[in-house]
Amino acid sequence: MTIVDVNKLSIEFKVDGQWLPAVNNISFDVKKGEIVALVGESGCGKSVTCMALARLLPEPPARYASGEIMLHGKSVLTLKNRELRDIRRHHIGYIFQEPSVSLNPVFRVGDQIAEAVLLRKDASSSDVKNEVIELLDQVGISDPEKRIKSYPHQLSGGMQQRIMIAMALAGKPDILVADEPTTALDVTIQAQILDLLCEIREKRDMSIILVTHNLGIVADMADRVVVMYAGHTVESANTDELMKNPKHPYTQALLSAVPKLGHSDEKLTTIPGTVPSPANYPDGCRFFGRCALAEKMIKSESELLCEKSVPDWREIKKGHFCRCHYSQ
Amino acid sequence: MPLLTVENLKTWYPMKKEWFKPQEFLKAVDGVSFTLDKAETVGLVGESGCGKSTLGRTLVRLENPVAGDVTINGEDIAKLKGNALRKARGEFQIIFQDPYGSLNPRMSVLRTLDEVLALHTNLDKQGRYMRMLELIVMVGLKEEHLHRYPHQFSGGQRQRIGIARALAVEPEFIVADEPVSALDVSVQAQIINLLIDIQEKTGISFLFIAHDLAVVEHISHRILVMYLGRIVESGSSSAVCKNAKHPYTQALLSAVPTLDPETRKKRIVLPGDVPSPLNPPSGCPFHPRCHQAMEKCKTEVPALKSVKGSPDHQTACFLE
Repeated sequence: MTIVDVNKLSIEFKVDGQWLPAVNNISFDVKKGEIVALVGESGCGKSVTCMALARLLPEPPARYASGEIMLHGKSVLTLKNRELRDIRRHHIGYIFQEPSVSLNPVFRVGDQIAEAVLLRKDASSSDVKNEVIELLDQVGISDPEKRIKSYPHQLSGGMQQRIMIAMALAGKPDILVADEPTTALDVTIQAQILDLLCEIREKRDMSIILVTHNLGIVADMADRVVVMYAGHTVESANTDELMKNPKHPYTQALLSAVPKLGHSDEKLTTIPGTVPSPANYPDGCRFFGRCALAEKMIKSESELLCEKSVPDWREIKKGHFCRCHYSQ
Repeated sequence: MPLLTVENLKTWYPMKKEWFKPQEFLKAVDGVSFTLDKAETVGLVGESGCGKSTLGRTLVRLENPVAGDVTINGEDIAKLKGNALRKARGEFQIIFQDPYGSLNPRMSVLRTLDEVLALHTNLDKQGRYMRMLELIVMVGLKEEHLHRYPHQFSGGQRQRIGIARALAVEPEFIVADEPVSALDVSVQAQIINLLIDIQEKTGISFLFIAHDLAVVEHISHRILVMYLGRIVESGSSSAVCKNAKHPYTQALLSAVPTLDPETRKKRIVLPGDVPSPLNPPSGCPFHPRCHQAMEKCKTEVPALKSVKGSPDHQTACFLE
């Protein structure tokens, strides 16, 4: 069953009176119980895509230029405010990168979770406390009766992230969007949080959209991967397939730029240049100019193709999509 | 003879003193010893709050140690003061983690670099400009970049400016405090390669602080693993990464997410957080989180000892 279906979505932002594209024509879907990872460098549009799923982007400056988002069979972009609130309450949960910023510093964590529980329609106010304690227990916080009285600053980063997860689970969502959930945490704590997310997925048969720039985490957790570059989706496939058999030159470069344990003698490959800014995205393939494959195909004809026209999003193998003129 | 020798270094911060109670200290670095050779990179890993940044900052005298010696080329810099310290700063420099926070937004790159050169060298204006050109090219930027301000650069470029600033005075060694943690993978690879190139060209030594073991293994000749202010394991990077002896190092290694789906191993997930250094556990500081802890670990502190058969590889654990 498909929980989220994003179809040819484009989002633009108004900057200094000019509409700049943040994401362009992206499509992906998430099935029930599946973990889908969105990977890419900063500024490639992964967070914008996530916020768009529950229409959390402020409009203006944002604008949904074209395409549609289907969440739970409803088209999110055409919903009225009341229906949107319903979606946000019951169907989708968010965890953000910096837990210390996402929590309100002046309220006890128990009260903050209780607020999220009470928003749910079927919640009864009498046993909110028990439900909060149960949620904390599920996210692996020891001594939850005591912890509900703590303020966020009294907890460590890992604990704060667990509180965020408890809040996201309070509405019993079908899909959890985790936007760089472990970037601010140590590797050992990161391992704890990733384990917890896997466990929750298994117990509740929930779907997770995992946004990250760490390809190691992707290989570890995700069932499917969508690679983004400069507002475009450039490749998507099953994790195993993508790791073994990357097709797009950007994915290939990204994979070889990651330092791997036990291979310290090899020199790291780098991608020359920097990501273009939305104000001057090239007309053709957005990766043109940094692409090793285009360089190889230097014959005048092919170069023009990369420079002038955006490659189609085509299926090169069953379930393996790629946006490149030349990879096969 | 090693370039840098650190002997039993302690950096303690005094806590607020209460009446009729003895003064308490937060022991951020508590008895650390190691050496660093010329043209060598030593990696320093550990979780946040283990004291690795404090150690790095103490080595360049941004923090003052309460005890211990730091010797560079036979000169003890741990007790230098005033003018003598300012002169000695030409030998050691630091690159900071946050390329956004460590450059003055009101100063162009030219002024940032010129300030360092004017302070530490006897070059005239023309000479300083030539030196700046040399530096900016060395870190992979162009002359036109000299006249720009920090906000006009990307994160990776800013980190390059931070590196140029550290290199300006031709130091003997540089402390690189998490220089790549704030960067994307592709940029991270560029900066790591840049540091390796600079070392090959100039024979500079690095203390490379990071929390990502894969990055550290890639750049370092030797690795130190730190936990709660002490070194728990040290050795060549291949010995530490392939044949880790301390349970903490093993857990750190297994927590690094790997790319290859087939070698995904069962992670050793450490329970809990790093204990507060204000109130460290008795005995081995790691015992409450260690899955192999014994009775003995709760009372006695294991000393850093060589592993049988390889004198360079040391670990502070009773199991060995």
